[in-house]
Amino acid sequence: MTPEEQKAFEDKLYAYVGVEVCSRKPAKDAVNETMIRHWTEVMGDNNPAYTDAQWAAQSRRGKTIAPPAMMYVWNQEGYSVASTGRASDPQTDMVEMLTEHGFTGVLGTNVKQEYFKEASPGDTVYVEMVIDNISERKATARGAGYFFETLATFSDQNGDKLGTQRFRVLKFIPQEQPAAAAADDKLEVPTRIPSPRGHDNGWWWNAVDEGKVLIQRCTDCQTLRHPPRPMCGECQSMAWDSIESTLDGEVMSFTCLRHPKIPGYPADPICAVIKLAEGTNIVSNVVGCDFEDVHIGMKVTGKVEQVDEKTMLPQFYPAQAGA
Amino acid sequence: MSAAVTEYKTLHVADVSVGDKLPSLDIDVTSGLIVGGALATRDFEPVHHDKSVAQAAGLPDIFMNILTSQGLMSRFVTDWSGPEAVIKSLDVKLGAPNLPGMVMTINGEVTACDAATGVVEVAVTGENNIWGMHMQGSVQVALPRGDQA
Repeated sequence: MTPEEQKAFEDKLYAYVGVEVCSRKPAKDAVNETMIRHWTEVMGDNNPAYTDAQWAAQSRRGKTIAPPAMMYVWNQEGYSVASTGRASDPQTDMVEMLTEHGFTGVLGTNVKQEYFKEASPGDTVYVEMVIDNISERKATARGAGYFFETLATFSDQNGDKLGTQRFRVLKFIPQEQPAAAAADDKLEVPTRIPSPRGHDNGWWWNAVDEGKVLIQRCTDCQTLRHPPRPMCGECQSMAWDSIESTLDGEVMSFTCLRHPKIPGYPADPICAVIKLAEGTNIVSNVVGCDFEDVHIGMKVTGKVEQVDEKTMLPQFYPAQAGA
Repeated sequence: MSAAVTEYKTLHVADVSVGDKLPSLDIDVTSGLIVGGALATRDFEPVHHDKSVAQAAGLPDIFMNILTSQGLMSRFVTDWSGPEAVIKSLDVKLGAPNLPGMVMTINGEVTACDAATGVVEVAVTGENNIWGMHMQGSVQVALPRGDQA
């Protein structure tokens, strides 16, 4: 668009600010127990305030209520959206105008609902909606576009205000054409980063795959060492064998990795330096307890476990008292 | 029939402190949950039930509609607060879509607590295991005060 074209376009666009999308109109169905129950089933919501009439009768409210998060549900257009398409209104007209000018992408970015009064079965929810504001043209990570915000106000059959909803949408020029998203591959669940297995340490990881944690030992001076390396730090011998650790140990130092979150790893892992009974140290995770319960000197017991589809790893648990 | 009324515990505002963490909740995102959630919220937008339309929109599969995310966020907080809590607001910022096969973990922490009004604010995040942050926001609930027993 030339600056003149953009100006003409924005004049048309900003004319939508304050325009009523729909005037106050009632939902086709009154608030009812059936639709509430369908909603609670899918959400897995067992709140008795929604579905347990006997409990509700003796509660502060004295009756069941609709989940407040259903406020927008009652006035939804219904199946015609899928069959014949959304009915036209000033909002769809504005969205179409944006689409025609290349702003084909659409993304709901924020929804804020405020609730002033709860609705119960038998109430009728009325809605009215305006286009409340439209941003200036913004450069976003998705591409250049405009944010617009609708404001819906909900009320009941008595005119009492039930709540409001502000819905913010970005209409944008997609920066790149969608990649071959149509590929029918299954989503791959990320696994942990594979261990690098080189000439000097591959043997150690191979043993982990078999459920064993080995400690390298100099066959000349018997000194143990970890992590694996080619030469003894005491006598410079390059001859070695290994022993298997009992995985009894204690925490020498620890921290919790809170940021960044890494796909494939559990949130907030406890990372620790463990002093093994054999005398060498190993960096690993402490699991099976809260971060607050870990302390320096804490006795731990390790186990080699499968932590995801592809990965075997030693992990350390708090030692059983008296064990 | 005189079945006893089931007991449900509701937190009082005095039971709650800023920094309290809510029990986390894992949601297995399935096609059933996505389609079921869309229909239970009367959202017939084809991207929530028709894979070919979702793919034409640039995603590998159908994705969860906003009203289901709001519902799960609401449930997450009232599971913790108990049924006498009154939800005052639900403010959601939307991120990466939830697709079938993902697992969304919802976490929450109390960020404000007004003993005078009973209003407690909980910061909530819902992260899926593949694309990360699906939703983050805050939920305000009014809890009974101790003196209103």
